[in-house]
Amino acid sequence: MTRKRRRLYILLLFMIGIGTAAALTLTAFRDNLVFFYSPTEIVEKNAPRDRNMRIGGLVEMGSVERTPGSTEVRFRVTDLQNNLTVVYNGALPDLFREGQGVIAQGQLGADGVFRAREVLAKHDENYMPPEVAESLKRSGRWQETIGQGK
Amino acid sequence: MIAEAGHFALLLALAIALIQAIVPLIGAARGDAALMDFARAAAQAQFAFIAVAFGCLTWAFVVSDFTVSLVVQSSHSAKPLLYKVTGVWGNHEGSMVLWVLILALFGAAIAVFGDNLPPALRARVLSVQAMIGVAFLAFIVLTSNPFRRVFPPPADGNGLNPILQDPGLAFHPPLLYLGYVGFSTVFSFAVAALIEGRVDAAWGRWVRPWTLAAWASLTLGIALGSWWAYYELGWGGWWFWDPVENASFMPWLVGAALLHSAIVVEKRDALKSWTILLAILAFSLSLIGTFLVRSGVLSSVHAFAVDPARGVFILVILIVAIGGSLTLYAIRAPSLKSGGLFAPISREAGLVVNNLLLATATLTVFLGTLYPLFLEAMGGAKVSVGPPFFNATFVPLMVPLLFLVPIGSLLAWKRGDLAGALTRLWAAACAVLVIVLAALWLQGGPVGALLGLGLAAWLMAGALVEWAERIRLFRAPFAESVNRAVNLPRSAWGMTIAHFGVGVIVAGITATSAWQIERVQLMRVGDAIEIAGYTVRFAGTDRADGSNYLSRRGIFEVTRDGRAVATMYPEKRFFPVQGMPTTEAAIRTTILADLYIVLGDIEAPNAPGGGAPNFLPEPRPDTAWTVRIYYNPLVPWIWIGAVIAVLGGVVSLTDRRHRVGAPRRSRALVPEPAQGD
Repeated sequence: MTRKRRRLYILLLFMIGIGTAAALTLTAFRDNLVFFYSPTEIVEKNAPRDRNMRIGGLVEMGSVERTPGSTEVRFRVTDLQNNLTVVYNGALPDLFREGQGVIAQGQLGADGVFRAREVLAKHDENYMPPEVAESLKRSGRWQETIGQGK
Repeated sequence: MIAEAGHFALLLALAIALIQAIVPLIGAARGDAALMDFARAAAQAQFAFIAVAFGCLTWAFVVSDFTVSLVVQSSHSAKPLLYKVTGVWGNHEGSMVLWVLILALFGAAIAVFGDNLPPALRARVLSVQAMIGVAFLAFIVLTSNPFRRVFPPPADGNGLNPILQDPGLAFHPPLLYLGYVGFSTVFSFAVAALIEGRVDAAWGRWVRPWTLAAWASLTLGIALGSWWAYYELGWGGWWFWDPVENASFMPWLVGAALLHSAIVVEKRDALKSWTILLAILAFSLSLIGTFLVRSGVLSSVHAFAVDPARGVFILVILIVAIGGSLTLYAIRAPSLKSGGLFAPISREAGLVVNNLLLATATLTVFLGTLYPLFLEAMGGAKVSVGPPFFNATFVPLMVPLLFLVPIGSLLAWKRGDLAGALTRLWAAACAVLVIVLAALWLQGGPVGALLGLGLAAWLMAGALVEWAERIRLFRAPFAESVNRAVNLPRSAWGMTIAHFGVGVIVAGITATSAWQIERVQLMRVGDAIEIAGYTVRFAGTDRADGSNYLSRRGIFEVTRDGRAVATMYPEKRFFPVQGMPTTEAAIRTTILADLYIVLGDIEAPNAPGGGAPNFLPEPRPDTAWTVRIYYNPLVPWIWIGAVIAVLGGVVSLTDRRHRVGAPRRSRALVPEPAQGD
């Protein structure tokens, strides 16, 4: 095999490699991109039902309710304009608290209730998930939460 | 005073780095031995001054000097000494000082142990190393001064985030940085070689030990981080494809590719320009990782900084380093003469496929990690890319790679014998069959898991077969085999051990992904849960306070077939300084499987006004707790396998030909390994 031939083969191999990467990535993106919605966007943009998505905002004060005798929890997530009821079955993260930022991943049911498979709270006291901060800023209520967030 | 001394030492180190970046380069261009030799002294002095600065910062933390702003932000006088010390790098500024300390350490190591390097190459390598040092020292001095004072000093500090107060995480950043920053040496070697316009087999030999050292540290750092996530976060998982995890995983993947392609440069004088490119990419991805984590573009526990000026500064460093090195590469790489030819079926070709798959896998991880950021920067929708994406792209690329490992390592250089290699792997094929049938009988499906375990067996048995072939086990008299084993080069031992370790990791990942059992249930005192043949009974709770936290721990009695096995104590802790609760999982391991208990929420009203959490007061006897129990089969194998792979790297590092600083020997003194038989 000559030098030129070999270079050609190696080039061909790498084209195949990049092609594979592109194909794998594109098909995986089609099924696995998870979009983020704020409670307001769910109302305004008519968010799709039965598709994986993330939602986020503040846990509304006084909205956390445990279903007696089970591990199910219901709470409302708000961006201080609209709110969304979330149902979650399982143990909530340590830093989950009313009035604090939260992100949930799951699906929106036909009844407009969000069924969360995963609930993420902030990692520490001074931290607000960027998505949540962004959606609060857009609803024009960001300043109010800075004071009471801590 | 101490803080000012530290600040001054940093400034001196910056000045030295600046000179070290320029003078040796001129010396190398002019062939002036004195100017070139200056680099060695400068590299050691630079390291000494950064060490002084780091020492001063550590001192401020140890004595809780609350006139230093950084100590106030991330330390507390009541914290245990270990976490006072590790708190030094538990924040943005301190971790950057650690970063440059390790960078300078590698520079000094090249200066001290680089006796066998040609003086011009050594001078250029140290000069490039100093350029990186200048960039990051300037970053610290200009945007992230760790020695800033506060006045008046507060009475006490804010403390370190409690979930970072953990021995596993204490040593995770230094190891990770040893890996990340270790690739700077390889980068410097690559850029120096491009400046010289010469890459030969000797270059491959000089670069290998540094690649090995960096890769082994990074492996250990990532494994430690994953282990910490497993026992501390309480989700029963060990890898989440989180952007920050990916940021450390991409340099690892490219480092693994580089490790293999450098062998081809060393042995066969081929793949030179590709290897140079990998060396540049490995460190570029380390820089991108630093940028992602340090600039605040990612939301994660690791992201300390949210100051945009810092993000922009690192971005500029990134563009100059990556853009500059790639431009140099584009100009010089075509002139690198490629050496040895090889057939499509040969060990070189096997290593090319290895590199191809690792590079492709890196590309998919890169796209998945950065696409959401890119989309958002373009003003598009907010999206996230989760584990399903990475499983769908990464796994299909790794399966063929791992399948080819035992075959490739049995092929000879230049022209291999595929049929011969496959015949010699009959024992490995038998092992696969036995394991798959055993798993089918014990667990049943899913098919993917059976194939995964088969792949693990193939890797482990394949590594042993390759080793047995090298020492001609059972084919030569036993004494001869022993003799061959004793004389086998350390690098060959290293390869066998590392590939075996990868097999162990694959077994762990497969089993725990396929057969993890999770139970979430409300439990009152006296309730019991059956899981994987164990009975877990909730016997009550008690208090178990530590020096800087309050804690309530659950008492769980584990029995199997009526016999007591263990008592497990998962905890819920509360750190009053930060006002932050944490969860401590209780884990009992048998090496073959882990039983993992997490104490969740308590069914009790929260104290009004966010005071002490509701789990601290003695609960009523009929209170229900949410309890999560996991049964994770083979999960410890993931970390055991990683440690075995690192061991392989270390053994290979002790190979006489790779030993850093070993005097150059004539070929006659060093027996070459029997190549491919």
